[in-house]
This record gives sequence, C-alpha cells and structure tokens, in this order.
Amino acid sequence: MANQTNSGNERVDLAYRRRKNAEEMRHQVIAFVLMILLTLIAFAAVGYEEFSHWFVVPFILLLAAVQVAFQLYYFMHMSHKGHEFPAMFIYGGVAVMLLLVWAFTTVIWW
Amino acid sequence: MSTIARKKGVGAVLWDYLTTVDHKKIAHLYLIAGGIFFLLGGLEALFIRIQLAKPNNDFLVGGLYNEVLTMHGTTMIFLAAMPLLFAFMNAVIPLQIGARDVAFPFLNALGFWMFFFGGLFLNCSWFLGGAPDAGWTSYASLSLESKAHHGIDFYTLGLQISGFGTIMGAINFLVTIINMRAPGMTFMRMPMFTWATFVTSALILFAFPPLTVGLIFMMMDRLFGGNFFNPAAGGNTIIWEHLFWVFGHPEVYILILPSFGIFSEIFATFSRKRLFGYSSMVFATVLIAFLGFMVWAHHMFTVGMGPIANAIFAVATMTIAVPTGVKIFNWLFTMWGGSIKFTTPMHYAVAFIPSFVMGGVTGVMLSAAAADYQYHDSYFVVAHFHYVIVGGVVFALLAGTHYWWPKMFGRMLNETLGKITFWLFFIGFHLTFFIQHFLGLTGMPRRVFTYLPNQGWETGNFVSTVGAFFMAIATVILLINIVITTVKGEKVPGDAWGDGRTLEWAIASPPPVYNFAQTPLVRGLDAFWLEKMEGKKELTPAEPLGDIHMPNSSFLPFVIAFGLFVAAFGFTYHNDAGWGLPVGILGLLITLGSMFLRSVIDDHGFHIHKEEVLELEKKGANA
Ligand code: HEM
Ligand SMILES: [Cu+2]
Repeated sequence: MANQTNSGNERVDLAYRRRKNAEEMRHQVIAFVLMILLTLIAFAAVGYEEFSHWFVVPFILLLAAVQVAFQLYYFMHMSHKGHEFPAMFIYGGVAVMLLLVWAFTTVIWW
Repeated sequence: MSTIARKKGVGAVLWDYLTTVDHKKIAHLYLIAGGIFFLLGGLEALFIRIQLAKPNNDFLVGGLYNEVLTMHGTTMIFLAAMPLLFAFMNAVIPLQIGARDVAFPFLNALGFWMFFFGGLFLNCSWFLGGAPDAGWTSYASLSLESKAHHGIDFYTLGLQISGFGTIMGAINFLVTIINMRAPGMTFMRMPMFTWATFVTSALILFAFPPLTVGLIFMMMDRLFGGNFFNPAAGGNTIIWEHLFWVFGHPEVYILILPSFGIFSEIFATFSRKRLFGYSSMVFATVLIAFLGFMVWAHHMFTVGMGPIANAIFAVATMTIAVPTGVKIFNWLFTMWGGSIKFTTPMHYAVAFIPSFVMGGVTGVMLSAAAADYQYHDSYFVVAHFHYVIVGGVVFALLAGTHYWWPKMFGRMLNETLGKITFWLFFIGFHLTFFIQHFLGLTGMPRRVFTYLPNQGWETGNFVSTVGAFFMAIATVILLINIVITTVKGEKVPGDAWGDGRTLEWAIASPPPVYNFAQTPLVRGLDAFWLEKMEGKKELTPAEPLGDIHMPNSSFLPFVIAFGLFVAAFGFTYHNDAGWGLPVGILGLLITLGSMFLRSVIDDHGFHIHKEEVLELEKKGANA
C-alpha cells in the first residue's frame, strides 16, 4: 500500500537520497575493511605462540562480538530508524541467554 | 475465485479447513483440536481421581497410573490450555487491532498443523506399547530409565514438533501486532487482550528455545547414543531440570497472561466501564513477564542448589506477587461503581478473583525455600497449581468461550445452561482441590498411585473425587449447550452483547473473510465504545472502499507438518527395526520437499473486488 511506505515522493527526494546512499556506502566499505582487519588480528592472535590461552580466548571472543555488532548495525541496517523492535528482541534474547549461562555456571558447575 | 457463501458439501468444507490460511478458520481448528484434547485430559483426570477415591484401590495400578498421570499433565498444558488460548488469539487479535489478516497467514496455518500432528503423535503412544510415564516434567533421571517402551520418545518428539508450531504462532502474533495495527491504534490504545497476547508471544519466543534444546538433548540420549544427562558418562541429569524449568516457569505465565487479558476484556465490558488503571495493567503485564524469567529454580529448591541460590530465587519469586496484586486491585476497581451485568462470562470473571488469589497465596507460601522442603512433592503443590491453572486459565477459557462464541460463530450460547455449567464447575473445582491443600500438609505425596487406609486421607480423597465428577458434568452440559446453540441458537448482531468496547464488536458476527471492509480509524482506547458514545453505529473509516487483497489457501502447511509426523515415527523405531531410518528420511523429505515447493511457487493471492465487498456488507448487515 502506497501510504505505508515511508519514502515519500521519489523525485523530490532524489538529491537527498543520492547523498544518503553515498554516505551509506562509505560506512559499509569502512565497516567491511575493519571486519577484515579484525579477522586478520584474530588469526594472528591465535597463531602467535607467545600469547597464553587465557589471553587469546577472551580476546577473540571480544573481536567476535564487535564483528556481530558491525554485521547487525552496518550490513543489516539496524542503525537505521524503524529497527527498534528487532533490536529490543535481540537484546532481550541475549539477556536471557546470559542469565542462563551465568546461572548454569554458578549453580550447576560451580 | 468467488467469495460469496454458498452451501458446500462435507468434503468441500473439510478441504476448506485443511487448506485454510484464514485466521478465523484457524481459530476454529485450534478450538476443536484443543477442545478434544481438553476432553481427553479431563477423562485422564477422572481416571486418576477414581483410582485415588479409596485407599488400596486397583483401578489403575503402577505403571499405567504413571502413564495416565503423565499424559494428563502433558495434554492439559501443551495440547489443551495453550491451543485453546491460541484459538481466541487467532479469532480476536486481528479484529481487535483493526487488521484484515495476520502478518504470516501461511506460517499461522503451519503452526496449527505442527501442534496438531505433535499432539497426535504423542497420543499414538497409547496404542504403541505405552504412553510416557515420567511425569509431565519428564526428569532425565526417570525418563532415561524408562526403557520398557517408547513412551518417552513419543514425548520428546511429539512435544518438539508441537513446540515448533507454538513458536511459529508466537512469531506471527508478534509481527502482526507490531506491524498491522489500524491507523491511530498506538500501543497504549491496544485492548488489554492484545497486550497480553503480545507479551505472551514474546515469552514464548524466549522460553520455548530452552525446551527445544532440552528435548534435543533428551532425543540424543534416548535415540542416538548421546550422554548429555548420563552422569556415568560425564553428563549431568540436573541440566534437564534447569532447561525444563527455564521453559516451564515462563510457560505458566504464557498460560495465565492471556487469561488475564480475557478477564480484563470481560470486566470492562460487563461493568460497562473503562478498565481501571489501564497503563498500570500494561506495566504489570510486562513486569510479570520479565520477572517470570528469573524464578525458574523455585521448582528446584530441594535439589541442593545451596542456600544462596535458594535465597535469591525465593526473593525473586515473591516479588512477582506485587505486579499480580496490582492487577487484582485494578479488576476490583473496574467493577467498583460500574453498572454490572452478570452474564455467564462475568460469573467466571468474578469467581476467578478469589480462586486465583488463593492459588497465588499458596504460591507465596511455596516460594519460601525453607518451608518448601516441607511442601515439595506433596498434594499441597497439586492444590496450588490447580488453583492457579484451573481457577485462572480454565475459568478464562470457559469465560472466553461464552464471551466470544457469538463473535466466532454468530450465535449466542444459551445463558441459562452457561450459568448451570458455571456453578457446577465452580463448586466442583473447589471441592476437588481445596481439600488437597490439607492432604498435602498431612503428608500425602503426589504422583503415587495409592495410599494405605487409616492415615486420615480417606475422606479428603473421596471428596476430591466427587468434585472431579461435578466438573465432568459441567463440561458435558457445556457440550450440550454448544450442540443446541449450533442447531438452533439465536443469531446475533455484530455487537452481540450490546456493550462491546473493542473493534471486534463493530463488525458482523461471524466477521466476513476480509474482516473490515474499510480499515477503521482508531481514536482512543475502547475505540468502538468511543464511537457509540458519540451516537454513531459504525467506526470511522481510515480509507475509501476498494479492492481487498487476500492470501490463497494452501495444502502445504498440512503436508509440511505431516512429513515431520512420519519422520518422528521413523526415528523413534530406527534402533529396533530396519524400516525406521528410511521412514524417518522419507518424512524429512516430505517436509523439505513441500518447503521447497512453497519457496518456488509464486503465489500472489487474489483480490476481492469492491462490488463483491459491497454486496457482502449488505448481506452481513441484514443477517
Ligand atoms: C478438570 C479437572 C481436573 C482434575 C480433576 C485434575 C486432577 C488432577 C490430578 C488428580 C492430578 C494428579 C496429581 C498427582 O498425583 O500428582 C493432576 C495433575 C496435574 N494436572 Fe490436573 N486436573 C484437572 C485439570 C487440569 C488442567 C486444566 C490442567 C492444565 C491446564 C492441569 C494440569 C495438571 C498438571 C500439570 C499436573 C501435574 C502432572 C504431573 O505432575 O505429572 N490439570 N490433576
Ligand atoms: Cu514456577
């Protein structure tokens, strides 16, 4: 239905949308380069013998979390308006999972 | 494709229901299937009560009692209470938010058929060696030892399939409520039942995955040589208990929150007053759902989690009483000063308050961890959960049946018979379960198939059994009422009770396929009531009359679910018979094949043209 799209009149907005798209593209490229960099760092961290496991494991988990954020916010457009509900449910799910893991590690396998 | 109603043969009607993606017909399917399972679970309850009516009885002995008890609990929770709530959600939610359909009609149908085939599979166990016998909680330490027959496998696979269906239903409602509200219907103008459905669906979305994981582990352990719960091989049987209750406690709120929603509608309608404290009701609902996730271990106080864990979970549990109390007071204040009409639904609503509060009070008693060492696994617990589940959920289901029956089927259930049902059920309920508190306090253990004479338990058990028969008679009268109404009930207008407040009462009963000829404009809470107060008979439309787009029917949901049903048989028997594995794979192929068809076939639906809509509207107005 036409009145349910939020793009308004296409021709009037053209210049604005051009600029917006270009900006969007730049963000995506930057995010993409950063993600490749993070992946390389992760490989290096695992490959480098001097680092102990106690450092490497949390470190690459942290990198993984950053990657997920990039993926969601830049490639899947969660940074845009209109994604409040997906964000809420994702964070809700994460919270439930963390609670579970925390409870299991303290109550079952202390 | 014509949408004009005409007389159809039995075969055509059947085919219509097998392929329907219309939320109103899916509601009928949930109501029928859930109703049948409710009768089955009720029959099992009667058998339990007959066995326990006198000491040393031998009506159902040992293993058979365990099977009946397990199936009673499992059936009532998963196959009766939840699907019946889904029936009302399907029937009412799109109407309450002014939508023509749900967001994912195909998924909605698939959800129903998954539930149906899962339930069917579970009950096939009766004819194939024996039903599951480790309780509805199916603790791993019991269920892994149940090796005489495949009962537990029917439990794991059956619940797995029906659980998928439930998750699909929940996702569909979440998206429907977020995306498809009519113009003007902000979140804080949604009817309470819609809010309850929304929050419940979120609970399902988060609570069912732990069950799914637990069931997969259980399936691995029993059928594929896994050792997740086997301590001898490094597993841990307690993990099942946690996974089950991480699901299980939110599950009780999945049942009670929609029931609260139903009662909120009924209180406001028949007090002919706005729901008192609407925003605090919304807040309380969300808070209950949130807290509901942090209390699961109150089912495990006696497992040996240690004093700190017990204390934390005890306190967390007690806090839930606060938002619940807020709701109770809001209902009381809704009635206060209202001009109350004591219809059958209102009878249930009024009776619900003291009954449910009693269950809540025993709940707070149980949440005191130290005291729970005394109560646990006794009949006191049985009394508690029946007070909340029957006094809360079942009352709500019966109330909702009477309240929305005219909307769903266009005919009013007989009020006199309805009130007879109510009184018999109400009296029977308290007879059955009140005395069980004292049986429990004097030490009668639950889940044991008999007891010895002269322990002071004879009278209590006998009274309890008599009460169960009252409820059975009440149910039979309800069935008679339904038959009479279907044959010659009085036809009703759209606003069947005359006091409807929400959008569903603004359209014909039963509603036309497309629900609203024109999407309504919502100008406040209780949108239809507002219009009526301004002297109007209809809603203000938000759009001109035009062609209406509708989804096509499809047989694929049935086939997808049927494939899993076949696969479940195959994998259950794959260790005993050569045909098991091929049948299992065949079933999966049926499912995946029809999913593939669904993806490749382009289906754009069809349009109901403006002229046809006009004609249908005219007929609806005259009916
Ligand atoms: C209609 C009248 C009902 C009667 C007479 C009845 C009776 C009983 C009885 C006698 C037990 C056995 C208690 C024990 O020994 O552990 C039981 C257990 C149970 N009932 Fe009901 N019940 C009724 C309705 C319901 C409903 C509507 C639900 C759920 C929606 C329900 C859920 C359960 C559950 C979960 C258990 C525990 C099963 C287990 O621990 O294995 N009951 N009921
Ligand atoms: Cu609980």
